[in-house]
Amino acid sequence: MLADDGKRALPLSDEIEFSDMEEAIDAPERVAPVIEFRDVCLAFDEKVILDGISFSVRRGETKIILGRSGGGKSTIIRLILGLIKPDAGRILIDGEDITDYDEPELMQVRQKIGMVFQEGALFDSLPVYENVAYRLREQGVEEDEVEAEVRRMLRFVALEDAIDKMPSELSGGMRRRVGIARALVGDPEIVLFDEPTAGLDPPTARTICELAIKLRDLHDVSSIFVTHEMNNLRYLSSEYAVIDENGEVMFEKEGERLCMINTEIMMLRDGKVGFEGKDEELMRSEDPYIRTFVHGK
Amino acid sequence: MHLAAPERAAFCLPFSRLRCNLSLFFDETPPTRFLMNPLFRFIAELQDVSLLLWRSVVSLRHGPRYFAETLRQMDMIGVGSLPIVLLTGFFTGGVLVLQTYPTLEYYSIQNESGRSVATSLIRELGPVLSALMVSGRIGSAISAELGSMVVSQQIEAMRALGTDPIRKLVVPRIAALILMLPLLTVAADIFGLIGGGIVANYIYSQDVQVFVESVRNGISTKDIIGGMIKPIFFGLIIGVVACHKGLSTRGGTVGVGRSVTNSVVTASIWVIIFDFFLAKALQYLLDIGRL
Repeated sequence: MLADDGKRALPLSDEIEFSDMEEAIDAPERVAPVIEFRDVCLAFDEKVILDGISFSVRRGETKIILGRSGGGKSTIIRLILGLIKPDAGRILIDGEDITDYDEPELMQVRQKIGMVFQEGALFDSLPVYENVAYRLREQGVEEDEVEAEVRRMLRFVALEDAIDKMPSELSGGMRRRVGIARALVGDPEIVLFDEPTAGLDPPTARTICELAIKLRDLHDVSSIFVTHEMNNLRYLSSEYAVIDENGEVMFEKEGERLCMINTEIMMLRDGKVGFEGKDEELMRSEDPYIRTFVHGK
Repeated sequence: MHLAAPERAAFCLPFSRLRCNLSLFFDETPPTRFLMNPLFRFIAELQDVSLLLWRSVVSLRHGPRYFAETLRQMDMIGVGSLPIVLLTGFFTGGVLVLQTYPTLEYYSIQNESGRSVATSLIRELGPVLSALMVSGRIGSAISAELGSMVVSQQIEAMRALGTDPIRKLVVPRIAALILMLPLLTVAADIFGLIGGGIVANYIYSQDVQVFVESVRNGISTKDIIGGMIKPIFFGLIIGVVACHKGLSTRGGTVGVGRSVTNSVVTASIWVIIFDFFLAKALQYLLDIGRL
């Protein structure tokens, strides 16, 4: 979130000096990309999915990836996790080139990343508690700590009441939220959302977007949000989260005073980056393909 | 060369490599075309199965090890399969006596009916039939479970959460099968002998003592050892085939059904083929089956 002159906007307070904010934004660890694709190519059989894709995501930034179904959006996420390998190009996570990593090395990289799958991908045989605790259990964390962390995460997604339920007892929206809680355990620096609102009703989809906004603005998490729903784009690129005097999270719209720059949009088109920039630029675009995508005509 | 999407998954990467290697022998043959060739498909699949087995063995070298999951699988495979294996053994023993007794009687060697049923059961039918029953019950369950996990992205989620599915899912299942199938086979053998004895006694009025004596004379320690070695290999075959078929599932719920069928059919065929070669190897190594 930046003010008109390009500076990051924080919850306004008299104690924060403008120069402090400027310093915080320009700190080397903030400027260095957390995720970087360099000329990545991928094809399945004769079908080219990604053709020389390059982009980067900075710390605390959300990259919304738009594109038609089967256009390679989810493939980008799978590449970041190392679930598949590119034909060409390099992929860097936190400055580390993971392109040629083997499975054990990738396991270490994946500890930094949380992934929210399209349908939640919860483990059917485990209750909500065990699903959320999964990563901690694998790391051999003490039971007391596990329970505290699981409850904290379920509180974050407002599902503490469902702690003992089985995934089959949950609605689609609840499954996604449990999926988010599971992804956030261990406080990953990067969270990947693979169409987390697909098939959900608008209020539930809005709730999912609010969680993504909270992660971005209050927890400084870098994320990639794959979607083809324009409502998601509007929420994520025009609203920000702040904490009011009572400690409650509030969502405010950017306006004349503030213009968010921690959310960028990338549109895939025929395996290439068809558009990259801010939501305002996307909305103003005269490109017929983008207009059809954005305005439906 | 570009590869099909599912083959890019880590489990199938070697398959992709093989495709690349094989394609060197062809000028303009598209990869999908030469893969239609059953021979190449068979070689590719054999390579995948071998690599899955290799990765399972390698993963045993260091942790994490999932003992609780292995115990759970042992319970499901061992205790869960016990009733069907016992029934199979009992009635197989019974029918062996039912069919062989009149022939033995014709040659006036009906007192050897116990030897006949014991030899058949302990050397061949016990291990093979137990393996086929377990393949049907457990092989199908494993491939259905893993296949469902693949299509619902649970396997990807597991990998994304930093867990190696081979360690977590494949190794415990194969280990449980290797440990439990020999025990199930012994149970099937015992119930088969009981079934044979009951048929000999009640239908052909043979004295129980005669039957038991004949069994004791008919089998040796080597037979029992041989009968325990076979199920170890059969357990390995069922486990590896079922896990491979499950993890290579594609095509949604229809694909899960296909994987289950393929798993049971493939494992059963391999059990029967391996049985021949194991029998020959045991004949050579333990001097079993020679008069």
